[in-house]
Amino acid sequence: MAITLKVNGRTHTLDLDPSTPLLYALSDDLQLNGPKFGCGLGQCGACTVIVKGQAVRSCVTTVKSVEGSDITTLEGLGSPEKPHPIQQAFVDEQAAQCGFCLNGVIMTAKAFLDKNPKATEAEIQQAMSGVLCRCFTNVRMLRAIGRYAR
Amino acid sequence: MRPNRRDFLKTSGLLIVGFSAGTLRVARGQGPLQGSPPMNQLDSWIAIASDGSITAYSGKEELGQGISTAQAQLVAEELSVPFNRVKLIYCDTALTPDQAHTSGSQSHPTNFNSGNLAQAGATARELLFRMASERLNIPVEQLTTSDGVIIAKNDASKRVTYGQLVGGKKFSLALNPNAKRKPPTQWTVLGKPVPRPDLPDLVTGKFEFVHNVRLPGMLHGRVVRPPSVGATVASVDESSIKDLPGVVKVVVTKNFVGVVAEKPWQAIQAAGKLSVTWNPGPGLPNQSTFYDALRKQPARDTLVVDSGDVDQKMDQKLSGAATVLKATYLHPYQMHGSMGSSCAVADVQGEKATIYSATQAVWYQKNTSAMILGLKPENIHVIFRRGSGCYGCNGADTVTYDAAVLSQAAGKPVRVQLTRKDEMAFENYGNAFVIDQRAALDPSGNITAWDHESWSPGMGGRPGTNAPGNVITGSLLGFQPAAFAPRSPAPAPGAFNNNSNGVPSYLAAGTGTVQSGRVLTHAVESRFWTGPLRSPSRLQNTFAHESFMDELAARVKADPVEFRLRHLRDARLKEVLQAAAKTANWETRPSPKPGNRTTGVASGRGAACVLYEGDNGYTALVAEIEVNQDTGKIVVKRMVASSDVGPISNPDGLRNQVEGGALQGLSRCLGEEVTWDNEKVTTVDWRTYHSRPLGFEVPKIDAVLINRTEGEVMGAGETSITLVAAAIGNAIFDATGARIRQVPFTAERIKTALAARA
Repeated sequence: MAITLKVNGRTHTLDLDPSTPLLYALSDDLQLNGPKFGCGLGQCGACTVIVKGQAVRSCVTTVKSVEGSDITTLEGLGSPEKPHPIQQAFVDEQAAQCGFCLNGVIMTAKAFLDKNPKATEAEIQQAMSGVLCRCFTNVRMLRAIGRYAR
Repeated sequence: MRPNRRDFLKTSGLLIVGFSAGTLRVARGQGPLQGSPPMNQLDSWIAIASDGSITAYSGKEELGQGISTAQAQLVAEELSVPFNRVKLIYCDTALTPDQAHTSGSQSHPTNFNSGNLAQAGATARELLFRMASERLNIPVEQLTTSDGVIIAKNDASKRVTYGQLVGGKKFSLALNPNAKRKPPTQWTVLGKPVPRPDLPDLVTGKFEFVHNVRLPGMLHGRVVRPPSVGATVASVDESSIKDLPGVVKVVVTKNFVGVVAEKPWQAIQAAGKLSVTWNPGPGLPNQSTFYDALRKQPARDTLVVDSGDVDQKMDQKLSGAATVLKATYLHPYQMHGSMGSSCAVADVQGEKATIYSATQAVWYQKNTSAMILGLKPENIHVIFRRGSGCYGCNGADTVTYDAAVLSQAAGKPVRVQLTRKDEMAFENYGNAFVIDQRAALDPSGNITAWDHESWSPGMGGRPGTNAPGNVITGSLLGFQPAAFAPRSPAPAPGAFNNNSNGVPSYLAAGTGTVQSGRVLTHAVESRFWTGPLRSPSRLQNTFAHESFMDELAARVKADPVEFRLRHLRDARLKEVLQAAAKTANWETRPSPKPGNRTTGVASGRGAACVLYEGDNGYTALVAEIEVNQDTGKIVVKRMVASSDVGPISNPDGLRNQVEGGALQGLSRCLGEEVTWDNEKVTTVDWRTYHSRPLGFEVPKIDAVLINRTEGEVMGAGETSITLVAAAIGNAIFDATGARIRQVPFTAERIKTALAARA
């Protein structure tokens, strides 16, 4: 059936099974590289997008449930030429190894800090406790998030 | 060249061992695979276009460890151009030389010392100077170069660019083994913290992982793996999914089952609903008695060292030893547990195939996918695209076979990504280990003999050049894993090789002073697939050695650092240990820490050190921790990791590896363990397999980098991780007086160890 998705400010009407997880619409139909399949279970954060200001795990969110809502992906924050300040903070701190988790880390941190701009270091750690980085770039990533928060 | 020495252990018939400059070197006797650009030709490594831009070709790929940045720095340095003038192409069988696997902390030694990419850079530089000398009619000694232009030292108007000299033509020149490298003291690009060029694309979602490869007409495949280890296909009812939309094909070959559909969600649903009847597998050993059972299996025995007098030295009556200490250490199977499940895209058209893969060895993947597909290797083009961090051997090769088989059946390009469960239930785990340690101490508290005996199960591994059965997909398709050949007793030890860190640092055969020692290993068959996991065997052996060294120090009431230094001979290993201790403000005293209470929170510190692989990176670690003795919870407050890996190519890249290794080691030693029931693995997601997340009480990490501007470059990717379990275990002992000898150090095990205190 026809599903209308508003992604990064653009409206797309797609022919989709309404039970399709949003991740597949984003990565396959809209060919976005930001949100990624990590576990398909909402456990790792790799697929995170921001819907109405909330960090949402797109691998366990159906397209039907977000129809018409404003959806922002990593691409929607900035570009290599004009990165968002949180993206720039990750470049400044050289906060990556393989980079597969970056989407989940950046999108989760941004949604959290937008709502909690004065979060303490401990609160940021708590907010990132459901996100994985298996290369364990924790030190730099938490530093980059802290840099953006300030 | 110096390919992965781990392969040597498995396929030693193909390899030649040699020695140079006192360091063990292994060369692949067979050389690169057929079709590879010749290793000794400059054109295989470097090209200069008429606009002066430089392209470098490498067989060592970027996995996230930062090596592509360092390789581009290397070429820029040797050719005296800015970093961004060099474009690096790596791991594409149409373009780049076969440098075997990217693995084993070998990329740095392989391409930055006296061969391969480094020597190509030096050869090109000398050639360019000779060409400029002829063109300008000025002796080479009176020329200098800057920014891709060769200029007369005394007349800046006399100049010629690299582009004018080479201009897109071939060099047609062999690498000159005597071409002079630029010494580290003159480096301006190499040795600097050049930022990684991939980050702007990574942080904005522009970067294309293998997961993002999209080909015209591409379909989506999913595999249906057996429900238990060793289960086989009895029957497949294709009609069970005939009403599902988008299904293109069901593929059943021996025990391989997969589906192909138009869209990813359709493939996922079809794979979930396809009715497959399986014959159950033979069952799995009881996990609660698993470690003891390992000792009783048929084994392939190897004596790594044997001074011949160990039993005598352990006999207190015969030797006069004051004390003989024994301990057993246990390490579980652990996962690579890539963040993204593995993915590949294959396009098999008739006799030809193009494959996008995150494999660690494109040329080997070309050979083995040819075996899988029944095609000629020369008709297969394998292109590396980055996957999720692999840490030694994730599902990259197996999913590449999945995609190839499904594409061949569908006649169209097919993308396959594994489910989380498929990735975790059937990956090639890092090996479990049982390690017995025994040592004798003389009346003055010095070690006089050390005996190490280990049991470790293995099956399969990386597929290498010809063993697709080393991973699950190849096996399901009917290929066998590398054969297991029991052998007992072990033959006499060969030339000294501490590649697996089986030999404790303190034996005179290696880096220490203790004359009497024996290291006996028993390789046994595993029911699970195994493969190299970051610091394979080295981490497990070093956990046992460095923990036991601490037990010996405690027995004679010596300071753990001082006791180590007393038994070490290698000056660099001593220095790296002293550097970590100094930065950590190490307080010289025996463990356990005096005055700590036996309830509540207690703090302590522990140290460990090793020369990784016996010749590939000096490292030491001090961990400072707190133990809550009521709950068994450990908080690591600080880790000081020192490193001496020769001349440093990129200090920030090295720091990133040291930090990541330290925390990955922390996660592995505090929480990670593969578990199973009587037929299947039960750690199949992030609820059951316990990785530390991004946000936890992350310790402060100090990376202490010793930069040796003389001598050879060593590996750096597996140094700090090797020491974490021992340093933390030693710190637990320091804090509490309880010794924990089984990884992971769960709260339950800590509490048991605390309860067992005298």
